[in-house]
Amino acid sequence: MAQTAIPTGTYDDTDHDEDLGDGHHEPRSFITKYIWSQDHKVIAIQYSITAMAVGLIALVLSWLMRMQIGFPGSLPFIDPERYLQFVTMHGMIMVVYLLTALFLGGFGNYLIPLMIGARDMVFPYVNMLSYWVYLLAVLVLVASFFVPGGPTGAGWTLYPPQAILPGTAGRDWGIILMLVSLIIFVVAFTMGGLNYVTTILQARTRGMTMMRLPLTVWGIFVATILGLLAFPALFVSGLMMLLDRVLLTSFFMPTITSLGERLSYGGGSPLLFQHLFWFFGHPEVYIVALPGFGIVSDLISTHARKNIFGYRMMVWALLAIGVLSFVVWAHHMYVSGMNPYFGFFFATTTLIIAVPTALKVYNWVLTLWQADIHFTVPMLFSLAFILTFVSGGMSGLFLGNVVVDVPLSDTYFVVAHFHMVMGVAPVLVIFGAIYHWFPKVTGRMLNDALGKFHFWVTFLGTYAIFFPMHYLGFVGIPRRYHDFEGIAFIPDSARELNAFITVAALVVGAAQLVFLFNMAWSGFRGRPAGSNPWNATTLEWQTPETPPGHGNWGPRQPVVYRWAYDYSVPDAEQDFLPQNYPRPAGDGLNPEAPPEQGGLLR
Amino acid sequence: MTIFGTLAAKPWLESGSGEFPPSGRLRIPTGRLGLIFFLIVISVLFVLLGTAYVMRMGFGDWVPLDEPPVLWLNTLALVLSSAAFQGAWIGVRRNRPAGATAGLYAGGLFAALFLAGQLVAWRQLDGLGYYVASNPANTFFYLLSALHGLHLLGGMAAWGRAAARLRHAGSAAELRPAVELCALYWHFLLVVWLALFGLLLADNGGADAVLQPLPHGMH
Repeated sequence: MAQTAIPTGTYDDTDHDEDLGDGHHEPRSFITKYIWSQDHKVIAIQYSITAMAVGLIALVLSWLMRMQIGFPGSLPFIDPERYLQFVTMHGMIMVVYLLTALFLGGFGNYLIPLMIGARDMVFPYVNMLSYWVYLLAVLVLVASFFVPGGPTGAGWTLYPPQAILPGTAGRDWGIILMLVSLIIFVVAFTMGGLNYVTTILQARTRGMTMMRLPLTVWGIFVATILGLLAFPALFVSGLMMLLDRVLLTSFFMPTITSLGERLSYGGGSPLLFQHLFWFFGHPEVYIVALPGFGIVSDLISTHARKNIFGYRMMVWALLAIGVLSFVVWAHHMYVSGMNPYFGFFFATTTLIIAVPTALKVYNWVLTLWQADIHFTVPMLFSLAFILTFVSGGMSGLFLGNVVVDVPLSDTYFVVAHFHMVMGVAPVLVIFGAIYHWFPKVTGRMLNDALGKFHFWVTFLGTYAIFFPMHYLGFVGIPRRYHDFEGIAFIPDSARELNAFITVAALVVGAAQLVFLFNMAWSGFRGRPAGSNPWNATTLEWQTPETPPGHGNWGPRQPVVYRWAYDYSVPDAEQDFLPQNYPRPAGDGLNPEAPPEQGGLLR
Repeated sequence: MTIFGTLAAKPWLESGSGEFPPSGRLRIPTGRLGLIFFLIVISVLFVLLGTAYVMRMGFGDWVPLDEPPVLWLNTLALVLSSAAFQGAWIGVRRNRPAGATAGLYAGGLFAALFLAGQLVAWRQLDGLGYYVASNPANTFFYLLSALHGLHLLGGMAAWGRAAARLRHAGSAAELRPAVELCALYWHFLLVVWLALFGLLLADNGGADAVLQPLPHGMH
């Protein structure tokens, strides 16, 4: 272990070692170890498994939708109402319950304490509550499949007045459960989020300055701050709509006649809901993207054996994107009838946010430039992320402009754009991250051949799905339509393209089952990984045990002497220097690989 | 180090045993930092609701409600509650257990009074025909006061834990973190309540009084 190389006596870190606090002794029983656990690693796994399970539901929903679009009528139970219910639940689950929960609840929980050299989160009990409240939110959401009328079919944006009016699917119970579930989710997120930011600020080990943090932690840190500031808007809008639905108040409901009957609503503003929703909704894009940016930076650096290019710029760009993400929300509302000057302002801020984002892309590319690239599965996924994020981001430049957005807004062009940029791109990061950190979590490697198969099918397949959708959008194919029967301007070729997309979607979905099999099989039968299979520098790979034990670090917390990116340092014998490695390179004491880490990768 | 100083660091130049900066934790107790972040989240919540309040006020159907006089008494109770917590805080700081205990109990008592008073206000409004859904002004009042009350109720749970610990505490110093957090939270909720109450009173001056500075073109 590298940390045993720390000259004892010179750097006495015993004062620094903190007791785990009252009530946080090592759990003994199965229940306290795996169920009511306050250990961040167990909570992370609970979050991840729950998020992936609910994500599977959303995956099946997407299959069903694609079957209807590609082969209309082939599954007769998919009527227009059901179709819209599938659209709604697919979107909401993927964005909130899968991506947000997995990036922050899953990776955030697992990696923050390990990467900063802490023993656990600073409020472990609240952390545990966060997971159980999240699970409750998921259960309430899933319950809406089983209530009379089914889940809401209002679209994932839940725009009033239509979301709560008779005639919209799930108007009776589905919408209520959806709103309640979202409110519960915000509570869960807040409990987790307070933990993440406070832990990152206060529980860093000795020597771990903010600017020595791996970019993964920076990404999670900024994303969590965004979440803490943005999720209250979802809470408020959800709560107000719930009152509109249940108590017939008129926050968002204008005077309205429904099915020939004048309703008791009056005076409310649907636009107010849109402002509140997107004040949450746009930062949400970055809540999902920023941890992805951070993770990809670390994956690329590790698997290209080279320090990240422009670390400081990367941090600043994360912060700049975070700030800007709060002043672009109305670019989702160009067709809402708001004041056109508003649109001009938001188009400008939207284009400005492309600057720090592009800066990150350049820095990833420059990190790869002349690097010692290892085409491992995590690296493949990282490269695919960069390509996909650029593709999706480019169409965002189009849609950010009001005049281009207005005709494209309700077409498949938008579907293509947001699936590329905030669907596929973050999912590719998640896969890369799982292949990268699975060995630490389980102590075993994922199967490489299955991983490469999974990668190529997913990467090429998602392009087969979403790239043609841009063309469908240009032709004017409207989104959220159950079928296109009798629409004269839609050419036959569009129907054939839709069938092709559906086949691709089924194949890509099936490839995810291979991935799940790989995880289940490798978790028990995979090749033992050792403590640092990628020869990485960050602290989570320097734990005395793999998987890390309770308290992570054994008797002494690590001490940090360098930043997270000392790869291929000149004069060093091995091509990486762990963050807790004490000696400078070229001091005449050539660092040697810790014996149990097997030396160099090549 | 300042925030800009931190962000300007060049970590790639500082490697090896020669450079050993401290981790740079903030110099406040972790619990208090967590609470401050929580207060920021609540602030965003109420600022958004306040913004919605002001926007909704301009839509033409707003009929301000007559605030029941009991709200003034409730405000007084909350002020006293906050003051008592401040007393408790001073007590633990100066190691005067009696003062701390008295402050803690009085703070909880006045807070409970405030909550009871809020329920009385609701009953009175309901009795006067100010129903939740009959006008947005009513809805906002019920919603905001309920959310504020729920936050205070959450505070009461924390207060309950602190009060229970009081019996077993050997010294005032042991209670210090809990009392500090309670006091901070109570002061914050007092400020929120004063802002909400101010909004309610200002709106009684007529919607125009509040909306004057806001350009109507926004909606």
